[in-house]
Amino acid sequence: MTKYYFSILLTAVLTNNFVLSKFLGICPFLGVSKKLKTATGMSLAVIFVMAMSTAVTYPINKYLLEPKGLAYLQTIVFILVIAALVQLVETVLKKYVPSLYSALGIYLPLITTNCAVLGVVLLNVQSASSEASFRFLASMFNSVGGGVGFMLAMIMFAGVRSRMESCDIPKSLRGLPITLIAASIVSVSFLGFGGIVENIFG
Amino acid sequence: MSLVLLSVSVVSAIGLISGVGLAIASKIMAVPVDEKAENIREFLPGANCGACGFSGCDAYASALSCGETKDTTLCTPGGKETAVKIAEIAGLEVGDMEPMTAVVLCQGNHHNAADKLIYSGVESCRMAAQVFGGPKACIYGCIGFGDCVKACPFDAISICDGVARINPALCRACRLCVNSCPKGIIKMLPLTKPKAAVLCANKEKGALARKQCKAACIGCMRCVKVCDVGAVSVTNFCAEVDYEKCTGCGKCVEVCPTKSIGLLDMKRFAAYRAE
Repeated sequence: MTKYYFSILLTAVLTNNFVLSKFLGICPFLGVSKKLKTATGMSLAVIFVMAMSTAVTYPINKYLLEPKGLAYLQTIVFILVIAALVQLVETVLKKYVPSLYSALGIYLPLITTNCAVLGVVLLNVQSASSEASFRFLASMFNSVGGGVGFMLAMIMFAGVRSRMESCDIPKSLRGLPITLIAASIVSVSFLGFGGIVENIFG
Repeated sequence: MSLVLLSVSVVSAIGLISGVGLAIASKIMAVPVDEKAENIREFLPGANCGACGFSGCDAYASALSCGETKDTTLCTPGGKETAVKIAEIAGLEVGDMEPMTAVVLCQGNHHNAADKLIYSGVESCRMAAQVFGGPKACIYGCIGFGDCVKACPFDAISICDGVARINPALCRACRLCVNSCPKGIIKMLPLTKPKAAVLCANKEKGALARKQCKAACIGCMRCVKVCDVGAVSVTNFCAEVDYEKCTGCGKCVEVCPTKSIGLLDMKRFAAYRAE
């Protein structure tokens, strides 16, 4: 069983990386990856919010939406719940854990409606309805893995970008164009992980 | 119909619950805000340049309000006006504050300075300075790749003909450029008093200095002899002005054979800066 959860975690981090394979959460990926510090802060906040929102949305889907046949409301309900949750977490952190609050800083409200966060919870409930064994714990592992994968991509790309800062780039490619090209090369490099998880645990 | 009602009521119920929950939570877990610090923060420029010695405007405001520091003149970008205002809010005394500006003490542009190598590496002064002291023959002068331009949060610096130039009207004296220059040739000068400044840092002997740059100080001592108040001195073949003593009379500027001393009268920029 441990093997099963571990393979879910690794799949989410490496083969199904949210940024580089599913192309979700591209805007923070391009926007905040300029410096390693901001990239780390953002990805920590993403891991945190992904885990929290899965923990809340999974029971809502399972015990409220599905029994009533309202599964088509998933998207709108999840957006609502995640937004409220992030606000709540922010107030709680501000009061009780100010050090974590200042570390996550502006990134916490920024990712309220991040598509990667919404994507991970929607994928979780979809896998849960199609696969009998994909229950709550598997969903949690998948979302934490998704967050860690986001962090991996962000930190790697922050390194790539810091190298690009000191490069002599052709004028027409400076700024966003070269960033997108670099992002696509990093994304292609992640294709190399295809099948690795199945082979380790298969 | 009932399906529509059900879905609408489910979504609105979730919305209502989370809304009420958030309202209650924000009441229960309200964090008392330091009003004094907030007020002080409003009058600070918000550039977060760090000239005050704190990590940003927020940090300086809270340090003032909780009594960590009593000096209200630390914010150079805000100037005297800010110092007076924040002193009023914090209930502290205002100290003296001289408006300053940063000046690049080098005239080694492409016309004046000779090159010794063609550098095609990373475009950064700090990097270029490690390759035989930079591409120019003079190892003391401005390299001109603009590390200071990148450091300036106020867009006051530009590279003109291979030498950095600072616009005194835009400079807010935050000293970030002073620390960014690998040659240490950016100095702070008072804005409202005219001062003579040696626009060269070349410490080679006269003949060699002249070969390296047409506008180099050759250490001829003429400025020292002509100065009435003894503000100019020459050490290591390079003149230096003591800005405390200098009266801004301009005699040294007239006698300098290489025109490496300039009389900096930047009073007119003070008006722009106030705007």
